[in-house]
Amino acid sequence: MAYVAIADRDHDIEHHDPTTFITKYIWSQDHKVIAIQYSITAIFVGLVALVLSGMMRLQLGFPDSFSFITPNNYYQFITMHGMIMVIFLLTALFLGGFGNYLIPLMIGARDMVFPYMNMLSYWVYLVSVIVLLTSFFVPGGPTGAGWTLYPPQAILPGTPGTDWGIVLMLGSLALFIVAFTMGGLNYVTTILQARARGMTMMRLPLSLWGIFMATVLGLLAFPALFVSAVMMMLDKALGTSFFMPAIVSMGEQLDYDGGSPILFQHLFWFFGHPEVYIVALPAFGLVSDLLSTHARKNIFGYRMMVWAILAIGGLSFVVWAHHMYVSGMNPYFGFFFATTTLIIAVPTAIKVYNWVLTLWQGNIHLTVPMLFAIAFIFTFTHGGLTGIFLGNVVVDLPLSDTYFVVAHFHMVMGVSPILVVFGSIYHWYPKITGRMLNETLGKVHFWGTLLGTYAIYLPMHYLGFLGVPRRYYAMGNTEFMPESAFVLNQSITISALIVAGFQLIFLYNLISSLRNGEKAGPNPWRATTLEWQTPDTPPKHGNWGHTLPEVHRWAYDYSVPGYPDDFIPQNVPADPSIPAYDQGSHGPDHGTSS
Amino acid sequence: MPEAALTDTGDILPEGTRGVVADFSADKQTFQVPWGKAMMWIFLLSDTFIFGCFLTSYMTVRMSARDAWPVPSEVFALSFGGEPIPLILIAIMTFILISSSGTMAMAVNMGYRKERNKTFWLMLATAAFGVMFVSMQVFEWTKLIVDEGVRPWSNPMGAAQFGSTFFMITGFHGLHVSAGVIYLITIASRVKRGFYEKRGGNYEIVEITGLYWHFVDLVWVFIFALFYLW
Repeated sequence: MAYVAIADRDHDIEHHDPTTFITKYIWSQDHKVIAIQYSITAIFVGLVALVLSGMMRLQLGFPDSFSFITPNNYYQFITMHGMIMVIFLLTALFLGGFGNYLIPLMIGARDMVFPYMNMLSYWVYLVSVIVLLTSFFVPGGPTGAGWTLYPPQAILPGTPGTDWGIVLMLGSLALFIVAFTMGGLNYVTTILQARARGMTMMRLPLSLWGIFMATVLGLLAFPALFVSAVMMMLDKALGTSFFMPAIVSMGEQLDYDGGSPILFQHLFWFFGHPEVYIVALPAFGLVSDLLSTHARKNIFGYRMMVWAILAIGGLSFVVWAHHMYVSGMNPYFGFFFATTTLIIAVPTAIKVYNWVLTLWQGNIHLTVPMLFAIAFIFTFTHGGLTGIFLGNVVVDLPLSDTYFVVAHFHMVMGVSPILVVFGSIYHWYPKITGRMLNETLGKVHFWGTLLGTYAIYLPMHYLGFLGVPRRYYAMGNTEFMPESAFVLNQSITISALIVAGFQLIFLYNLISSLRNGEKAGPNPWRATTLEWQTPDTPPKHGNWGHTLPEVHRWAYDYSVPGYPDDFIPQNVPADPSIPAYDQGSHGPDHGTSS
Repeated sequence: MPEAALTDTGDILPEGTRGVVADFSADKQTFQVPWGKAMMWIFLLSDTFIFGCFLTSYMTVRMSARDAWPVPSEVFALSFGGEPIPLILIAIMTFILISSSGTMAMAVNMGYRKERNKTFWLMLATAAFGVMFVSMQVFEWTKLIVDEGVRPWSNPMGAAQFGSTFFMITGFHGLHVSAGVIYLITIASRVKRGFYEKRGGNYEIVEITGLYWHFVDLVWVFIFALFYLW
């Protein structure tokens, strides 16, 4: 029994446009409005986390100078900074923001498959953010357990926020997972089931492959976080002993007995490692499209890029214990997990080579999105190489819990994805608003961010080799550290504050360009993908006017010999005089489907 | 299936490996199924990971517990006047839940035959089996809590984790069954009202509900094997 695809029965469906302000902009079911709601919320909460990191840096650079940063505050800032940046900013922005905006437009659909559920997803996400931020105002403040929330300390007195903070944190995470599941089911089903005529999986832009695989990872990895949150909540609220061994706290024997703290670490990292790729894969995808468009050249090795995304996604589920070499787990595990970790370097390296080869002999336009995309190749390679250090057990042992680790993961999954976020915002802003962002301000923002980033994180590698431990509020009498370490810490702090200042330029640009930006045409970057071929800019409700687009080629027909323009949009019919690059794909032009 | 759901040409779809290749190299849609069904499958995959994590954690905690683990067949024995019969209540519960899968499958069949009345009653029977299952679970919980003094945090018969994992896992499964009962009743009443007649006589929702119900049933089989039989 076959089922007729949406692309073939679109003309039979009545489309209802929202009429009131509230259904149009607030309780909206339009994927584009939901995407903007997600993005604004995520960027707002990300700014909170940015301020928190600034406060941490003030304490580290100039200890004892700021009386409002107590040790308890410091740990609370660390915890909230990490959790917000990884989950509530990056995951929400890449999947809820870019995913929502780009998926229906890039596949040629009118909306997500279940718009109502998509709307619920945003509102539950908003509630989870509110619950999280509420913890700043409850007695005892937010939890200070570190973003990994390791038990037993996470729920024992002595750690800040054990009364309310940890409960709100776990509740907020559970809500976030519910929100993500509702959104994620939509993203995956939409990509699989609601594509336009001629749009095969192997003609999808790589952005969508990245978002698709990241969502699949999320649907399979967040359950582990959900389960560990439930169990820790029970340990905290009912006094069960899932994660709590027999323990003496503050001179008192507690009632806990026989639980396994390492079980939490396994569950957490079974979520936590795929989470790295939930953030990284959309960045891989988006940056591929930026590089190809602005180098006016097809992406090098499209099929390999797709398979690499799938391979990285699969492997990301069998490497989690490389976060746990010093946890006290069976040391033989280290061998297995070090091996799988190093294997991930293969598909990742394929991707990096392909990005570089895409640039090679391209007609490179150094636009702002392109600058960010190229910078991503640098920071990602850099962060990836230090990952090879840390993936090896013997090298990891001395470097564990030092600033080397901080430098590594900030380069690879902090700075790199954020650079792609910036590049993508500069790239898609004209489609979203109809106006260009100011290019001069963009370049100032770019150079400030990139150079500042290196000023912050390069010295941290060195601090790590010196043995400066991470997560310490103050260093105390640590004589093995030379004086230079403290000078470096000051310079890092000053750089961090300057970089934070540069982000204000970006915010100003975002807001002022809404009104003053140069008007963008429908396709300012002369790109091939479907979202640039909409009849209106910004696209209206329903995206495509009367008829859905029909796809005739892959997403990367740039600089095709013999064609007058240096790009051929995906919906331009095939011309027999022009060589087709994707003969293997099945679409209307290859006669396999009617 | 309604006419509108057949392709214009009435093609026979390829099977086996060639079918997989054809699905993933197709344009428009990968699987020849409605959106709701595809989404339910993906959701169930995600839910599998939740139960997988719960059960794995249970096994780990059982190994790390220091006190002796109570013997489930003794704890869950029930006496009807004579000798206590091991696991008798659980056996009845399992039988009921598996029977409910049978009535569900019949409801799906009747749905596709557009026999609204039979579909309605079969779905209601499924829901009734579900309610019976949950009621027996309530009885089992009450017996453990009131008569035997088991608590999530303590257990007079041995390891405290026995109670913790028992209440957590069967509770989470019981929530799934309860949600399924509500889902079944909602869809059944819509079937009865003729809601789907207005939508072109499309009864795939019955099958989608069935997917969820069979999943909850399957999960119970694993809980039964790993918690009660081990």
